[in-house]
Amino acid sequence: MSIELQNISYTYMPGTPYCRDALLDVSLKIERGEFIGIIGHTGSGKSTLVQHLNGLLRPTAGTVCLDGANMHERKQALKSVRQKVGMVFQYPEHQLFEETVFDDVAFGPRNLGLCDEEVQQRVESALECVGLSVADVAKRSPFRLSGGQMRRVAIAGVIALRPEYLVLDEPSAGLDPCGRDEIYAQILQLYRTSGMAVVLVTHNMEDVARMAKRLLVMDHGRIRFDGPPVDLFHDETIQLRDFGVSLPHVTSLLKTLRTHGLDLDDTLQDEEVVVEAIRSALKRKRDSSC
Amino acid sequence: MLTDIMLGQYFPGNSFVHKLDPRSKIVLTLTFITSIFLANNYISYLTVGLYICLIVLVSGIPVKIVLRSIKPLWIILLLTAAIHLFMTPGTTLVAWGPLSITGEGVKQAVQMSARLIYLILISSLLTFTTSPIALTDAIERLLSPLKRVKLPVHELAMMMTIALRFVPTLLEETDRIMKAQLARGADFSSGNIIKRAQNLVPILVPLFISAFRRADELATAMEARCYRGGDNRTRMKELSLGLNDAVATLTVFILVLVLAWLRWGWSA
Repeated sequence: MSIELQNISYTYMPGTPYCRDALLDVSLKIERGEFIGIIGHTGSGKSTLVQHLNGLLRPTAGTVCLDGANMHERKQALKSVRQKVGMVFQYPEHQLFEETVFDDVAFGPRNLGLCDEEVQQRVESALECVGLSVADVAKRSPFRLSGGQMRRVAIAGVIALRPEYLVLDEPSAGLDPCGRDEIYAQILQLYRTSGMAVVLVTHNMEDVARMAKRLLVMDHGRIRFDGPPVDLFHDETIQLRDFGVSLPHVTSLLKTLRTHGLDLDDTLQDEEVVVEAIRSALKRKRDSSC
Repeated sequence: MLTDIMLGQYFPGNSFVHKLDPRSKIVLTLTFITSIFLANNYISYLTVGLYICLIVLVSGIPVKIVLRSIKPLWIILLLTAAIHLFMTPGTTLVAWGPLSITGEGVKQAVQMSARLIYLILISSLLTFTTSPIALTDAIERLLSPLKRVKLPVHELAMMMTIALRFVPTLLEETDRIMKAQLARGADFSSGNIIKRAQNLVPILVPLFISAFRRADELATAMEARCYRGGDNRTRMKELSLGLNDAVATLTVFILVLVLAWLRWGWSA
């Protein structure tokens, strides 16, 4: 049960002066139940990579397999691939089109050919998942909601497909810090309760460092690092700056304090734990110097 | 997907043809197109063909790309050729039921197709070697005498520039929305015509909304920079005619003379 990319490459507009290699020989395996963060600067190939996960792009070279079957072998297979691999694009609120929130979220389930009761049930649970009250919003026009609410409706539209893998491309772009925290909290909650795999694309290290168990760093169409975030932050041989990303603030603070002689564990992530650790380290230092 | 469509696409380059003043390019292209209608025998068609080959060579645009511009129109080409082939009266070469091919028909079919192909090639060469902005700039300048009769030339040119500028943006947007709906299980490639038209709603509604949003943003941005139409407006790139343009004009002039001579001889 996995998505497997084998040596895929992708070139935009081949054979014209605008031709550009977006992916070069990328191999990747995503197991069910993983939480993967993909990070990289603008134009590093993150979005191109994730569009291969549900067959929206066909690799110029290499194969993409879902549960061992090549996605692009049969055309019919793609539809079930897209049900199993849900994809939330950047600014997903731009895809809303129905007259009511209910109908918009129901678009996906209806395309799957489900019966009305099943559709209704899925829409309601999807809206609840993203923290919207069915009674409040279901009958309203999606265009009359606030930006953050529109985005949640759009995400609900993908969750309603009940995918086994959920790919989110910059789900927090353009939201205020409050809206960002809420969206991430809901994604985490969903991940924990549903057991689906989550692939989160972002260029913000803070977001992934807290949540992802496995981190991919992309640069110039290649995967430069694949492993737990902690390993990345403590691998002295990797110069993160070269990839256009930076350490999370917490980690760089801990590292700086360590170089100034405080005895700290710089793998900590949780804010409160870090504050406590710094406090006790300061106390130890004061005691020993007395 | 959609973004791969060629739509009068500009191919950046640094050749003689690229560097010509867009005004002279437009005027010369129009002259050239008119002169094609002077051709009435195989030799003159060959001459025109050779001249186009020369432009392609000088412009440095890959031949494959130039030929690709004919592809969208091949059905029209085929129809034209077929109609001329079968419908022209004259001495019959082959008869097949009610259909017959005449010697004149063959000649007409070849020459008409050649004429069409030349028209397509030369106009695509114009758009291949001239950026859309330069083109509308040139059109504005060429039409500027019409300001006397109160034709809003600058506004028209600005509208054209903006429309051209947003073609790739909207294509990209369409591509994105299409992908987003595909990811939600939408199906654009099956069903009958009515079903397919209905299936476009999930693309068209978001596309229109985003087009209006963009138009609104653009209007605000233009106003914020005090845009107020064409009066007393200076430009960053002044158009200027040079030696290049004289040389190009000369070659077109010679071509027209040769074509006229091939048609009428010395007597006319």
